[in-house]
Amino acid sequence: MSFLSYLINGISLGSVYAIIALGYTMVYGIAKMLNFAHGDIIMVGGFAAFTVISTMGGNPIVGVLTAVVVCTVLGVVIERVAYKPLRNASPLAVLITAIGVSYLLQNIALLIFGSNPRQFTSVINIPPLKLADGQLSISSVTIVTIVTCIIIMIGLTTFINKTKIGQAMLAVSEDKGAATLMGIDVNRTIAVTFAIGSALAAIAGVLLCSAYPSLTPYTGSMPGIKAFVAAVFGGIGSIPGALIGGIILGVIENLSKAYISSQLADAIVFSVLIIVLLVRPTGILGKQIHEKV
Amino acid sequence: MKMSGKKSNLMVQNAVTYGLVIVFWAFIQILNLTGNMTSLLNGLLVPICTYVILAISLNLTVGILGELSLGHAGFMCVGAFSGAFFTNAMAGIIPSVGVRFALALVVGAIVAAVFGILIGIPVLRLKGDYLAIVTLAFGEIIKNLINVFYVGIDSRGIHFSMKDTTSLNLEEGGEVIIKGAQGITGTPKASTFLIGILLILLTLFIVLNLINSRTGRAIMAIRDNRIAAESVGINITKYKLLAFAVSASMAGVAGVLYAHNLSSLAATTKNFGYNMSITILVFVVLGGIGNIRGSMIAAVVLTALPELLRGLNNYRMLIYAIVLIVMMLFNSAPKSLEMRARVKEYFKNRRNNTVRKEAA
Repeated sequence: MSFLSYLINGISLGSVYAIIALGYTMVYGIAKMLNFAHGDIIMVGGFAAFTVISTMGGNPIVGVLTAVVVCTVLGVVIERVAYKPLRNASPLAVLITAIGVSYLLQNIALLIFGSNPRQFTSVINIPPLKLADGQLSISSVTIVTIVTCIIIMIGLTTFINKTKIGQAMLAVSEDKGAATLMGIDVNRTIAVTFAIGSALAAIAGVLLCSAYPSLTPYTGSMPGIKAFVAAVFGGIGSIPGALIGGIILGVIENLSKAYISSQLADAIVFSVLIIVLLVRPTGILGKQIHEKV
Repeated sequence: MKMSGKKSNLMVQNAVTYGLVIVFWAFIQILNLTGNMTSLLNGLLVPICTYVILAISLNLTVGILGELSLGHAGFMCVGAFSGAFFTNAMAGIIPSVGVRFALALVVGAIVAAVFGILIGIPVLRLKGDYLAIVTLAFGEIIKNLINVFYVGIDSRGIHFSMKDTTSLNLEEGGEVIIKGAQGITGTPKASTFLIGILLILLTLFIVLNLINSRTGRAIMAIRDNRIAAESVGINITKYKLLAFAVSASMAGVAGVLYAHNLSSLAATTKNFGYNMSITILVFVVLGGIGNIRGSMIAAVVLTALPELLRGLNNYRMLIYAIVLIVMMLFNSAPKSLEMRARVKEYFKNRRNNTVRKEAA
């Protein structure tokens, strides 16, 4: 029974990683850049919800919506101010700017909220589900996280395949130049991608803080890096890959915490990354891209 | 004829770089002799040398190799702990502190280089930003691992444990050297400013010679155009790995220097965390990516400045973040480059106009 409960908690943690990894994977697929600040947007989402719910005593739903709006605006602003001017610059310059943005967000949060952890009140107040005569207890946050992840996956896949802007995103990720010739506004498409990714990060932030209720300015960086590992694992640029990678990674992390060592769990997760890069650098569902000279 | 002109120009440039280090040393000596040395500045001298070596080392990776390492603090950490371990473990065998310190520098460099190669082999074959994320992960892991690591030594040899000191099963008279989160205590304070300066000169000598050698040109060719470099028969992975291992070993040396400046060494977020790696990156970006001399100057200025202006300490990391973004936008954005060219043109024209007017 305990194995089953570790497994379910792992899937729940993995669902959060999957939601974060979606943001990485979409931005990487379309703008061909690693958005280092993505993890810190999670933290901003957490703090936005925290401010509304705990400091101002607002409704949890209002808190979540505020977090989504704040993060969406933040994501678009970051893209406009920091990344757009560097559209045709070297990848190294873009990467360093992204690190600068990530660092900036952390330090602004540090100045406003301080480094002491804040107690985040869970936005979900449903009693835990008890199965098998109470031997297996699944918390409501776990269930809500998994359900949210499934809804987001279905919604996003439909959005990309059925809507015009979704098709434009696919076209831009395939070939930027050709997409421009077809009359697609590349800048707008990239901005929309950032907006969606950041909104998902806000949801992930609220779910993460509900499951692990301590909130600091550094809350987002570690899950952010692990979600990147998940995105690489599943195949960067692939949306189902982000889901598979995220869930496998969450399960690996939770099981190694339970059965090997909680201090070594992070090390095990990162050795997964190194093994994936050695064996299959394109990830599980990644496409092999042949380089043309 | 042209070639020899280029060569002598290069020698002048290198001489200026070495000269700057010596001038800095002389300046500190003058401060010492005239009695103007404050204890604050005195305490900063060895850290400044550490940072300068780290800045040179990271500039080799970022500027010359064109890859980003976010785990330089991790390599520094590995070097620091292996060097300090060596110095303490050999206390009974080699009595002279100086000899032990010199050997510890070599040990730190080798261990850090080995870690650099281990990380580099899977990652440097790939293109893209993988090195940044893997080195970042490495830096975090190494810090966590050292905090649960216990190493002791007795007559039977070296004992490891990841639980506590008692599970090491040491004989009587055995000594615990690495004590988990407490780290290593009692390392002799062997680092001096002079040794720091000599190490800077050594790293400079290695890096500048590497850059201007056949190997260095191959590395820069890979940075500028991977496909073209590959097509003229350059072994991409080999050269990338070489440059990265050299860079890691230098960070290791900086770590040994750092460890021998403190009586107790523990791996915390403050000294070997992500912040440290970013700080080194800021030195490189502010000094100029690929510009060794610039990053040295940036390291000295940015280390001395926040200590001298205590009031800024809370905002230091915020300022670093803004420096990173602004420098990148200013130096790399196509629009900004265009504008800079236009401003330059404008001033050039104006100067020409005034000269013409004066002539008329």
